[in-house]
Parts: sequence; structure tokens; C-alpha cells
Amino acid sequence: MKTIARRTTVPAIQIGLLAALLGAWQLAVDTKRISVFFFGSPAGTWRELYEWIRRGTVQGPLWQQAWVTLQETLIGFAIGVVLGVLLGLVLGRIPLLARVFTVYIGTMNSIPRIVLGSVFIIWFGTGMGSKIALVVVLVFFSVFFNAFQGARDVDQNLIANARVLGARRGSVMLHVVFPSAFSWIIASLRVAFGLAITGAVVGELLGATQGLGLLIQQSQGNFDPDGVYAGLVVTTLLALVAEGLITLLERRLLRWKPRRRPQTATT
Amino acid sequence: MRSSSPADDAQAPEAAPPLLELSALTKRFADPKQGERTVVEDLDLRVPPGEFCALVGPTGCGKSTVLSMIAGLERPSSGTVTADGVRLAGIDPRTGFVFQKDAVFPWKTVLANIAAGPRFRGVDRQTAIELAHEWIIRVGLEGFEQHYPDQLSGGMRKRVALAQTFVNRPGILLMDEPFSGLDAQTRQIMAEELLGLWESLGASVLFVTHDLEEAIALADRVVVLTARPATVKKEFTVELPRPRSPRKIRFDPRFVRLHEEIWSCLSDEVQIAYARATAAR
Repeated sequence: MKTIARRTTVPAIQIGLLAALLGAWQLAVDTKRISVFFFGSPAGTWRELYEWIRRGTVQGPLWQQAWVTLQETLIGFAIGVVLGVLLGLVLGRIPLLARVFTVYIGTMNSIPRIVLGSVFIIWFGTGMGSKIALVVVLVFFSVFFNAFQGARDVDQNLIANARVLGARRGSVMLHVVFPSAFSWIIASLRVAFGLAITGAVVGELLGATQGLGLLIQQSQGNFDPDGVYAGLVVTTLLALVAEGLITLLERRLLRWKPRRRPQTATT
Repeated sequence: MRSSSPADDAQAPEAAPPLLELSALTKRFADPKQGERTVVEDLDLRVPPGEFCALVGPTGCGKSTVLSMIAGLERPSSGTVTADGVRLAGIDPRTGFVFQKDAVFPWKTVLANIAAGPRFRGVDRQTAIELAHEWIIRVGLEGFEQHYPDQLSGGMRKRVALAQTFVNRPGILLMDEPFSGLDAQTRQIMAEELLGLWESLGASVLFVTHDLEEAIALADRVVVLTARPATVKKEFTVELPRPRSPRKIRFDPRFVRLHEEIWSCLSDEVQIAYARATAAR
């Protein structure tokens, strides 16, 4: 009985806190304690969102803007992950290459990469290409380092076993190194997806013809805080859905791992 | 019809187990402190076809290194390993290796783990699965085909490891303290099962252990190695009848006598190794 009560109390408190926070904000705006002009309001944000959904945005239907951003995110994410995993695994398995290239990769990693967005806009224009490039760069590094570490972390015993059983280099990679590194890689995918959305939106803020980032940027230009919040809400929803999908993928691919059940207190 | 299928080829009894010979086998490792450390020195050993030979020696004496060199996982600094007079270079397909630590693939099911060897060796999927099924039955893991190793007990994982190795029909079977992680009872059961499998298959076995009782109970011959660097100190023939039950044979007076005899030879080496280990601390 107690556990059921606990299961409902936690979400109840969570929802309550959120409602209290938004309520306080709305109240502060309504009683003119803070300026609605600068800070906007929850009701205003909701109105803006509703408008976007019903009538579309200034740049066209909301779904279209979201789709543009999502495409940039997904394409960039896919390319970044594939490159990061491949390079990470190869460098992790071939020590000579690792010694040669880690200096370059380390240096590039310390560049504040978000700034590269400006460079990409000059190179690739204000279309989707420049955003995808920025996403790729952001995703690549976070995946690369995990894949690299994962490939070096493989149990030597398992490799020896596979080799004696008859595995050649390719099979060792496919059947031992990759699955072993996978738990490292999947851990980086969550962070990487967050970065991918950030990259796409920031890219659009820097200069775009379509997308959620542009929507936010225009709201900022119009001094419309509610518009910025509404853009954020949509972006956050996309990120949450993606996070859920990654969790499903993780469950499916890491089935072999014993899942540590969170211990529920039984007092 | 079936006689021409690859399944039967793979199941057909392999060529007789080979004669394994190690001559002047030596392994040195670079050591930053002493320049060089000799782990195995001038080791000569002859394992006649189909013999079960146990290597005993103090912990850390280089027994595992000997097996790694035979398996082709490590290159000897000098000396040779030959099978039927032919020098083994690299990993030989006749070799099977059961490791001390769990070496089954945690991300593969029991079935996929056992089918892995044939798959790596180019057997088609269907045949590999048939072979694996057969071995699942032989080691008594029916019903656990789709389990992952983490869902099994230590003894069951060891069975997977044995099946994984035996499915390749090794002529040379190398075992590196395969049962060391198990509790005493499971250990005896596994020893019993290993003998059963070996007696029905035949292979030249090198079984490394530091458990003298286990060595005598299983082997035809017990070879005592010296403390590092490892070399052969003395060999003892175990003249106990086969088929034998490792559990019951321990009470045979001949077993007890042999145990005394080998232990007196081994204990000096154990003391040397122990003194070194404590001095190093």
C-alpha cells in the first residue's frame, strides 16, 4: 500500500511545484510586480503557442518549422554518430593511429565549437547545410571520445577467446569490440542528442531562412519574450521525445546487461 | 544425403589428437626495473596424442604464459611449439582454450555463444545453430538457449564456456585453471563433466591448475613446474583407472600416496614463490 502511495505522491509533488512556480510568475505579472513587457507570462506563452498551432507562424506552419529543425538535428546527429563511432573504434584499436591523431582531436575539441556555426554559415550559406555541419561537429566529439574509450576498455580475455575460437580481425571488431564499446557509446548518445538540438537551434539563431531557431530569433527581434518561450517549449518537446526513443533503443540493445532495479525503500 | 552436408563434416570425428611438443620454450618480458624478466625458461614437455596432462606450480609461476604461447596468443622469446612435428605459428584451428576468467560473450545468448566458434570458422548459420543445440544438450543447458550469461550461475557459465570450446572439436585442449572461480561443490561436478566430455571426444589436454587434488583426479600425468621462471621440475604418472570419477578417486589409497609424493616435490616451489611474494611487499 505504501509503495502505491509513494508512486503517486512523487509525481503529484512534481506537478504541484511546477504549477506553483508558473502560478507565482503569472501572479507577479498580473499584479504588475514584474513587467510583462520584459519577462512575458505563462498565459502569453500559451496564447502564442496556440496561435502558432492554429494559424501558423510568420514563416509558415509550425510543424514545418519544427520539421526543418528536426531534420537538421537528425541528419547531423546520424552523420556525427557514425563518424564518431567509426573513428573512435578504429583509433581505439590501433595504438599507432591513436598516438598520431589524439593531439589533433584534442586540440579541435578545445575549440569552442559553437563558434564554428558562423564559419559554416559563410561556407555553406543560410540553408540547412550549415546547421547540419554544426550539429555534426558537436555530436562527433562527444561520441568519439566515448567510442575511443570503449574500444580501449574491451576485456582482453574476450578478444583472446574470440581469436582462439577462430575470429579474424573483422569478426573480433564486430562481435567483441563493438558490442563491448556499445554501452559507452549509448551513454554518449543522450548528451550528443541534446547537443544536436542545441547545434541546430543555435545555427538557426546565427542565420537561417526557416526553423525553430529563426522563430526564436525573430521573437527576440520583436521584443516578444512569449515567442522565445514558445519556441523553447517546442524545442524541449522534441528533445524529450528523442530522449524517450534513445531509452527504448538502449533497452533493446543492452538487453544482455543485468538491469539494476532501483531499490525501493520498504520501511 | 545428409552425409555430404557440412553439419556432418563438422561432427565427423576430427583427425586423431596430435602429439604436442614444447622444446626449450622461453618467454621474457621487458621489465622497466630489472631490464628483463624471464617468466618461462627452457621448458621441454611432450604430450602424447590424447593424453590428459596437468601442469601444477605455485601461483604466478608462468603457467598461464605457457598456455598462451601454445595457443598462439603470445609469441615465445625462443624455443618452439610443434604439433605432430609441425611448428605452430599463430593460432592453430585445432586448438581450444578454456580461460580462467569468464570469457563467454556477455552480449550473446547461450545459443549464440556456443554457435560463435563455428560461425567464426565459416560454418553457415543454420548448421552452426544445429551444432550449438547439440552441445547445449550435452552440457545440460536445455531451456537456457535464449538466456544471457549474466542470468546464469557460475557453474552454468562454465558449461557454456566448455560447450563453446568443444563445439570446435579441438585436438589440443588448453585449460587455464578453468574452475578456479567456482565453489568447491560446483568445481567437483564440473571436473566430473569435463572428464566425461573428454573421454567421449579425445584430445591432447594441457590443464593448468594450482590445485594438486584436481590435477591428480583428472590427469594421466602431473607435471610439476618450478617457481618463476617456470621450467619442468618433475613429472609423475597417474596410474589410476579410467573412466574415473574425480570425486570418488580421492579416497583411493593410490591417490593419497601420489598426492603425498607430488606435494613434497611441489611444496619447495610453493615456499620459494611465497617467500618472494612476501619479500616484494
